[in-house]
Amino acid sequence: MLFQQITNGLTIGMIYALIALGYTMVYGILKIVNFAHGDIYMIGSFLGLFFLKELQVPLYVAFIFSAVVTALLGVTIERAAYRPLRKADRIVPLISALGVSTFLISVAQLIWGTEMRPFPTTFGAKIYTVGSVTISEIQILILVLSCLLMVGLHLFVKKTKIGTAMRATSISLTNAALLGINTNRMISLAFAIGSALAACAGIMVGIYYNAVYPTMGYMAGINAFTAAVLGGIGSIPGAMLGGVLLGLVEALAGAYISTQYKSVISFAILIIVLLIRPSGILGKKEIDKV
Amino acid sequence: MNRKVLTFIVAALLLALPLLLGSVSEFWMHVMIMIGIFSILSMGLNVIIGYAGQFALGHAAFYGIGAYTAALLLINYDLSFWLVLPIAAVVTGFFGFLLGTPVIRLRGDYLGIVTLGFGEIVRLIFVNWVDVTRGPMGLPGIPAPKLFGYTFSGKIEFYYLILVLVIITYIVINRILHSGIGLNMLTIREDERLAASIGIRPNKYKIMAFTIGAFFAGIAGAFWAAYISYVSPDAFRYMDSVNILAMVILGGSGNLAGSILGASILVITPELLRYVSEYRMLLLGLAIVLMMIFKPTGFWGEKHRKLNFYGKAQKGEGK
Repeated sequence: MLFQQITNGLTIGMIYALIALGYTMVYGILKIVNFAHGDIYMIGSFLGLFFLKELQVPLYVAFIFSAVVTALLGVTIERAAYRPLRKADRIVPLISALGVSTFLISVAQLIWGTEMRPFPTTFGAKIYTVGSVTISEIQILILVLSCLLMVGLHLFVKKTKIGTAMRATSISLTNAALLGINTNRMISLAFAIGSALAACAGIMVGIYYNAVYPTMGYMAGINAFTAAVLGGIGSIPGAMLGGVLLGLVEALAGAYISTQYKSVISFAILIIVLLIRPSGILGKKEIDKV
Repeated sequence: MNRKVLTFIVAALLLALPLLLGSVSEFWMHVMIMIGIFSILSMGLNVIIGYAGQFALGHAAFYGIGAYTAALLLINYDLSFWLVLPIAAVVTGFFGFLLGTPVIRLRGDYLGIVTLGFGEIVRLIFVNWVDVTRGPMGLPGIPAPKLFGYTFSGKIEFYYLILVLVIITYIVINRILHSGIGLNMLTIREDERLAASIGIRPNKYKIMAFTIGAFFAGIAGAFWAAYISYVSPDAFRYMDSVNILAMVILGGSGNLAGSILGASILVITPELLRYVSEYRMLLLGLAIVLMMIFKPTGFWGEKHRKLNFYGKAQKGEGK
């Protein structure tokens, strides 16, 4: 029972971590919370469904196509809704993001309807038993693919030249620009990577729960944001750690405390972390300058 | 035109409206009543966002607390509506105080997300506390208000009731905002440290803003419960909070009359666009984004005070 819950918690925690990366990368550079990120994840999931069902492509192609299209969507959203507001008060892009979120949900409802839709794939149904723990094929896929994506991202950010430029941009936008880094391109890149990761998470969740629906991004977005804050927003390893921790806590609390109030738990964690240690586990403490 | 004459004309129009509309269509009376409810809600939220500068995203929760408090008191204890209305407002105001106290330390987007979380927790309690709230089934059969043995039955009676409530709300909030309290809130919104340095306690006024906003949301909620005679968790979702927020922003944050304008626009437009109703939320989302890009102060935003020592230099700095 305990090990089973840990496995389930790890699975969903990986998903949270993937989505949380999008929040944290954008926050790291622009210091805004991309409220529409949960809905980008939802669109990614629907796109995966579209490629699988309408175009009948293999699963891995659906992953790639969906990731690419969603990345473009993320970049477009940044261009249209956030870039014109870069100099405005911090509250302004936040409200704009709410508008984008509303817009994306209604677009999804117009195209795909409001009901839950199943995922048309036979992949992931196979179940393995290890000791007392049962683990499905899709859970293995989630664990392996998420780890690969996160390690890849980590290496990209730490080892490549573009990754270094991204880190420089997140430390100081002005100084990075002075050093000749095209900061706008770095911002677009952060949105693109975040959205692509969210799309992958969306497809995997779609298969895992066998359900996709237009408002799925809301709770997932909140949970992932909680994960980002828990780990320390702006920190990439923090988002990974926060996601896994939150997934574990949620699964264990759902099993041992109450399933009805399961979603209250992440809100409660979020509120407690923000009140007690707003910089999170791995975040740097921000000095509040006058 | 003279301001007094204008006020008089508007007042006369609002009073005579049921005579003009009431016979034509019950439906438009309902729309007017909804405008009234949302005007109260958005004026309350405007105190929090527009004046105290605190970005709160859970206003529908206060609305819901007011509605459920009123519904439970009216159904279970058979109290008079006129007693329940202030009780619901005070109870909701108390919740505003309770929420405000821990969260005022947070700023901007963090505050928004925590209040959003609060809204969601409140809604989950409505859904899951079945013994009291009957969960998703809601509470039906809320008795209508009575006045001197006369029962409110038609839309016209409710219209006049909400008209009175909107006017009271406007006057009370307006007086509060034009007192020292309002000026202190504005100072905090513009620069919290400056406010603290000249002896204004930011926390006190932020909590006060939350309490005032919640108090009036409680009035709107109690009215809604009595008017529709049924409450369920569906009316108090996250999207409803966003809707109220959009009213404040589109109307113009920092201007009470703007909130009424915003409420009117966002209640009437969907009705006019009924034949494209599925595009309603899409247009709303688009409108919010465009408004933020081209006119972030809203249609009827506050006029900036003419005496501004710093001129434009303060913008974008010190954050």
